[in-house]
Amino acid sequence: MANLLSRLRQSTSTVTGSAGAQTQSGSDLTRRGFLVSATAAGAAFGFPLTGQAAMDPEAADGVPPKPDGATFEPTIWYWIDSEGLVNVNIIRAEMGQHVGTAIARILADELEVAWDNVRITHVDSAEKWGTMVTGGSWSVWQSWPVYRKAGAAGRVALIEAAAEKWGVDPSTCEARDGTVSDGTNTESYASLVAEGLQRSFTEEELNALPLKPHGELRLVGKDVKALDIDTKTNGQAIYGLDASVDGMVYAVPLIPPTRLGSSVVSVDDSGAKDVKGYLQTITLEDPSGTVPGWVVVLGETLMAAKTASDYVTVDWQAGEHAGVSEEDINARSRELIADENYGAILPSDNPDSASAFDAAADVLEAEYVTQTVLHFQLEPANATVFRNEDGVWEIHTGNQWQSLILPTLSAALEAPADQIVMRTYMLGGGFGRRLNGDYAVPAALASKALGGKPVKLVFMREDDAKFDSPRSPSVQQLRMAFDDAKAVTGMDHNAAAGWPTQVMVPSFMPKGVNDEPYDPFAIDGADHWYDVGALRVRAISNDLANATFRPGWLRSVGPGWTNFAVESFMDEAAHRVGEDPLAFRLKHLTAKGQNAGSAPNSVGGASRQANVLRRVAEMSNYGNADLPADTAIGLATTFGQSRTMPTWVGGAVQLHVNRDTGYIDIQKMWLSFDCGTVVDPDSALAQCEGAALWGLSMALYEGTRFEDGNVVDRNLGTYTPLRMIDTPEMEIEFVDSSEVPVGLGEPGTTVIAPAIANAIYNAVGARLRSLPITPDAVVAALKE
Amino acid sequence: MIEFEINGKPVSVDADPDTPLLWAIRDEIGLTGTKFGCGIGMCGACTVHVGGRATRSCITPVSAVEGTSITTIEGLSPQDNHPVQEAWRNLRVPQCGYCQSGQIMQAAALLQDIPAPTDEDIDAVMTGNLCRCMTYPRIRNAVREAAAAMTQGNSDNG
Repeated sequence: MANLLSRLRQSTSTVTGSAGAQTQSGSDLTRRGFLVSATAAGAAFGFPLTGQAAMDPEAADGVPPKPDGATFEPTIWYWIDSEGLVNVNIIRAEMGQHVGTAIARILADELEVAWDNVRITHVDSAEKWGTMVTGGSWSVWQSWPVYRKAGAAGRVALIEAAAEKWGVDPSTCEARDGTVSDGTNTESYASLVAEGLQRSFTEEELNALPLKPHGELRLVGKDVKALDIDTKTNGQAIYGLDASVDGMVYAVPLIPPTRLGSSVVSVDDSGAKDVKGYLQTITLEDPSGTVPGWVVVLGETLMAAKTASDYVTVDWQAGEHAGVSEEDINARSRELIADENYGAILPSDNPDSASAFDAAADVLEAEYVTQTVLHFQLEPANATVFRNEDGVWEIHTGNQWQSLILPTLSAALEAPADQIVMRTYMLGGGFGRRLNGDYAVPAALASKALGGKPVKLVFMREDDAKFDSPRSPSVQQLRMAFDDAKAVTGMDHNAAAGWPTQVMVPSFMPKGVNDEPYDPFAIDGADHWYDVGALRVRAISNDLANATFRPGWLRSVGPGWTNFAVESFMDEAAHRVGEDPLAFRLKHLTAKGQNAGSAPNSVGGASRQANVLRRVAEMSNYGNADLPADTAIGLATTFGQSRTMPTWVGGAVQLHVNRDTGYIDIQKMWLSFDCGTVVDPDSALAQCEGAALWGLSMALYEGTRFEDGNVVDRNLGTYTPLRMIDTPEMEIEFVDSSEVPVGLGEPGTTVIAPAIANAIYNAVGARLRSLPITPDAVVAALKE
Repeated sequence: MIEFEINGKPVSVDADPDTPLLWAIRDEIGLTGTKFGCGIGMCGACTVHVGGRATRSCITPVSAVEGTSITTIEGLSPQDNHPVQEAWRNLRVPQCGYCQSGQIMQAAALLQDIPAPTDEDIDAVMTGNLCRCMTYPRIRNAVREAAAAMTQGNSDNG
């Protein structure tokens, strides 16, 4: 494990900035080994060179654009060719965010080119791209400074080339729509590039480049055509499951009784021998330790492998956590919370709340519980792996964190990192599942066992669910101290759950004020922007959860459960002191001390959170609406994913509660976002719609539990995400802002569950403290 | 050999009769626009038209379609410009896009059966198709837009 981590650190810390270090030459392109299989009309790939493992979502065959004539490549992030075509390199995975469209426009805007001339290439996994991860709602936020500077570099270089040619001062020239002009002379980027333009920029030079003022942005914030949508309406978009390699065989896994620690005692495939197309059954040897006790069944077709697998009998020695249940995991959380020896204390202005509670005139306490949640990304996990004729292992799959899994694949294949390349396909949903690329390992091991023969391993849905890295169940205990004037003097937040970052990449964990490491993704949100006097946030890793399954990062991760607790608790606290929850919140969003915010990411601090909260109160007519019986509006507000990148969110939900059945009718949801500059308005809206509905789905409709060491719900018969018929009307707005653009993929998720719980309380006086909120739970709460 | 027509072309498939139509379409015939989601007919990602009816291909044995005419997303419209596809692009419905072939095929069948669906009709029919990105508000609007476009087109024609 230590070896793996050091490799990971190596691979994630290496960022090369040299221009065009590995540019493909024309002759390289002719070496592209396209192997179109006899039957498949779909895509078939084989690329001897790593530089060709890239993907253009706009192209029916996925093959990226090739430059025409000479190219100018001022940074590694793009080239311009002699026809004026601009190809922007995207290191982020496309999983529904139209991420290339957002990022490419940041560059195109600074470069001053027309959108019609812009193409995108989702790149291969070469080391030069640096850390490749698509998560945390980080893509636009992290890309913003990098791609702006890259675009500006090209603009400056082209203007200076034109000025030199004309013998004029560059300051008299202007660039627009791919053309430089000084009022007298005019020349296109295309012809300047065709004449031969070579210039690269040092990091220092890039940082010194003039960036356009906000008012002159021409593509950012405007509606432009998304580059990945057309192929998603005609069946041409290519997902991992569509990968096809000549001569490939299919594999389905037989998954052991526990995620960790299982071993194979015996395998009997005699019953499968008669299945037409059955090839063989392999017990995987895994030097990386990712899939202990795995068996895969191979067939000439997927159905042959699947059918044969039903007749293969495996006897396993199960790992020690084969009997663990959801109740066991939650009991362990409570045990750990009760023991002050466990947990990391997060930094805050004053994390020592003991004196506030000692002196308190009143203390409010509450416990909140959230159940296990599956990713259930609609494309089940799959990967196609083979060793190509140059000896390079090709991994064809959808993935959100290439830099994390490549070292593991290197260990599994016992091959050096430069002999492995991943081609990232369109993702049939990510939601954090494909941050953990573990599903590629059994495919790689199967191919390795066959000497590098192409193997396409597909998880049937039930296998995908069983092998998911689900959102951990959580238990949170909160308390608040009030003085005799009912003023808040202190707050404690204890949160226990399985920690994805500890399990997957512990080097990412910062340390708390007590020097204990913690998973920020599992506690973000609890370190809120309310001024509550002393604030003691204690993050606790549930060791039983970590040993039973692989806790996953699931859309919004910790803020999906911490905010359910914080924002339900703020309502409970308001009611405790007889104040309206809106006024109570606003009173504590003072934007003082650490909550004042700081440049560049959190300018304005809590005052911006107060603003979005006021906005949704106005939009929903909270407090003024004349609503029927058992109908009410509930509010919640969050800062999205983390204090370091706050996306300010206000949410309001109006619902009706049926007192007899406990059925919740969600009538309307309002959301207000302050995400700084909105880069891609339509995609921003789409992300917020989807995130809010995920919040609704996890609040009311979906959740599973562990039993005998595994999740019990593995398909749609019992796992029931939101459907169209339960989708309410939504009204979503974005606050006008020229601040740094922050993320939008997840934040909308975080406000919905608490707003619903608060609305239920406002409607019928019942407080629901467990997710998902089921009709039975509502009926039970009404009887209390 | 099981013979049928797919997107207007005759095909014969040499597969076990119990093979789900989905896998015959994807792996034998090589049309990968039709997707695998749940395998139990409950997500709708595998929806195709069999004799014009929206059908879950993952639970339809290939033997059951002998002699029929099947349409997949690739064959819905020669120029990919079926009014449903146009509406999907105009309203930018797809996010990850994985379920959208099935959504589009389901919507096209819906509008063939009910040219002017009410919102309740749309919800009732389309709720069988899961979208994990939760593009439901846009799917709803796109079905309405496609219905309007098709009604307009029909009245223009006569």
